[in-house]
Amino acid sequence: MERKLIITGVVAAVASMALAGCGKKDDGVIRIGHVAPLTGGIAHLGKDNENGARLAIEEANAAKPTLGGKPVRFEIIAEDDQADPKVGTTVAQKLVDAKVVGVVGHLNSGVSIPASSIYNQAGIPVISGSSTNPQLTEQGYKTQFRVVGRDDQQGPAVASYLAATRKPKVVAVVDDATAYGEGLANEVEKTLTAAGIKVLPREKGDDKKTDWKAIVTKLRGEKPDAVFYGGMDATAGPLLKQARELGLTAVFAFGDGACTDKMKELAGNAAEGLLCSQAGIPAQAADKKFLDAYKARFNVDPILYAPFTYDAANLLIAAMKKADSADPAKYLPDLAKIEYDGATGHIAFDAKGDRKDAEMTIFTMKSGKIEPIAVIKSGRTIPFAEFTGAAASATAAPKPATAKK
Amino acid sequence: MDIFLQQLVNGLTLGAVYAVVALGYTMVYGIIQLINFAHGEVVMIGAMVAFTIINALAGSGLPPIVIVVIATGCAIPVCMLVGYAMERFAYRPLRRAPRLAPLITAIGVSIILQHLAMMVWSRNVLAFPQIIRTETYMLAGAAITNVQIVIIAISIAMMAALAWLVYGTRLGTAMRATAQNPQVAGLMGVDINAVIASTFLIGAALAAVAGVMVGSYYGVAQYTMGSLLGLKAFSAAVLGGIGNIPGAMVGGVLLGVVEALGAGYIGNLSDLCRIPGIASLLEERCRGDAHFILFGSNYQDVFAFFVLILVLTLRPSGLLGERVSDRA
Repeated sequence: MERKLIITGVVAAVASMALAGCGKKDDGVIRIGHVAPLTGGIAHLGKDNENGARLAIEEANAAKPTLGGKPVRFEIIAEDDQADPKVGTTVAQKLVDAKVVGVVGHLNSGVSIPASSIYNQAGIPVISGSSTNPQLTEQGYKTQFRVVGRDDQQGPAVASYLAATRKPKVVAVVDDATAYGEGLANEVEKTLTAAGIKVLPREKGDDKKTDWKAIVTKLRGEKPDAVFYGGMDATAGPLLKQARELGLTAVFAFGDGACTDKMKELAGNAAEGLLCSQAGIPAQAADKKFLDAYKARFNVDPILYAPFTYDAANLLIAAMKKADSADPAKYLPDLAKIEYDGATGHIAFDAKGDRKDAEMTIFTMKSGKIEPIAVIKSGRTIPFAEFTGAAASATAAPKPATAKK
Repeated sequence: MDIFLQQLVNGLTLGAVYAVVALGYTMVYGIIQLINFAHGEVVMIGAMVAFTIINALAGSGLPPIVIVVIATGCAIPVCMLVGYAMERFAYRPLRRAPRLAPLITAIGVSIILQHLAMMVWSRNVLAFPQIIRTETYMLAGAAITNVQIVIIAISIAMMAALAWLVYGTRLGTAMRATAQNPQVAGLMGVDINAVIASTFLIGAALAAVAGVMVGSYYGVAQYTMGSLLGLKAFSAAVLGGIGNIPGAMVGGVLLGVVEALGAGYIGNLSDLCRIPGIASLLEERCRGDAHFILFGSNYQDVFAFFVLILVLTLRPSGLLGERVSDRA
């Protein structure tokens, strides 16, 4: 009922926007859309994403940009998709009707995927800074890009880190029987088996499970050295807590769904020392210049994916400048073959629109906080301290070059 | 062997909780032949209220035990209020209606309570503050925590208290009389409305304690937690013979144990490569250390309900249910 009202509201808003959009044309304003949930449980992450894109656009305007010889001004149209696929498609249509030339978003894979076909039909390039589900770029849409890694890169990353640093002989793999959890667990199992590690028969729960005792008891009998769980923190927390209560001492590793500080609340002291992975790099490892500018503009530190949406918006603008046009059809080819140094490092896209050499970060829980310990890049494990050191010096050197672009 | 013992301990804890919740279903059914589907939601509200109180008091410096007791002390009256309101406004007006009407109303009440809880406590999974330190004791190779011991002990104490209330007090006599024949009980001077209301109050109080136990055992609470728990407890009540109080206790414990053992062993039992006759047929697939598991541990719930169906096929009135045809 409530949702129906909201949707009606959105539809009404779309209609009025469309009418308003008819009036202004060719006034030198180039509209770029940004979509993320701005209400609901992950509204704080949505706002973080929006801030990243907003900062990029404000910086671009400060440089008095021109396209095709005429001065232009970029404008952000920030929308709320409520992390809901249905609302996401409505909002996507609204942006298309408002004649945006490019979109940064959406935050959730589940929303990005249905929305991507709408942007594709309209021929509008869209770059997600946080959607990691492989399917997003597997649909063959030429307009879809992402600057963050994919889940099927995340599994091998966390598995190879586990294999290399903890040297387990027997590993138990558990999942929550969802597309995300099972997919991730499959990738981990593949990598571990390839490394010659024995993997126990898969145990499965579901995404609402709170009682893991029976499964953990069974695992305890098999004496695994490590356990990997593909699932979200809500189920991973109880799993870890009950495992420690039952005396299972194995190392626990998780994917990004359970790579949150909430694990500490859910599992208590049992959460100490867990390993987990996230696609991309932590916000604090982004370019120093970006971090300072973000802090100065919004008076908070970026939380998670803001550096990625900042880069995404900059990529759209850089491609437009290169093509000297804001027409999506004209600048899309330039976007596809762009080489760009952004806040999250060097960015180039492969044929599918995925970022080449996307980084994965491995975290551990240390005194109640998730802390990065290593970055995996092109199959190489780099300790985190070394990575940030390297990133700082790398971005320091070519700065004049990026400024010229 | 230690694994079997461990699964038994897990199952007993789970079963004790099921039994306490199942009592709420069976008592109401015994008196007004209504399956109160909203009972699981009362458990959830108990957990949520306790969560709020524990969170508020966690920093107050009171000893953890006192905080949990205060939280339970707050959850019980709130749940009793919910239970009473449910009976007074949703079921009493329908007492003379066809039996399907209150049943559908019960489902409606369940949805309303769930959504009210969602509005108050959000959709998020709430982490129960872990103020009580979990101590693990080893018992012949099986780990048992202090929380588990307390859950089992409190469940037994509550069941004993309930048995005394039903079989040893005037209120209990009135309840049993009402269950047998409301009209005649009324003629004998029993206040039917008061008796039915007190049945709901007692069931809700038990549910509140069950909610606190589940919350502190698993460490999480969510507005949807009541539905599956309620369904399991209802099944336990049916397993033991619905309307029968000792039946609910036996059914609850049994269901918990069957579920734990099922999840622990169903994978091994249905591993085709470990079954001698079939393994030779699947030589290609089973070579070396391979497994070919038909049913994994995610069939835990299926296994529990399979046992339920089996028992009901052989004994339609449940394990301890009386074979009375006019009861249902």
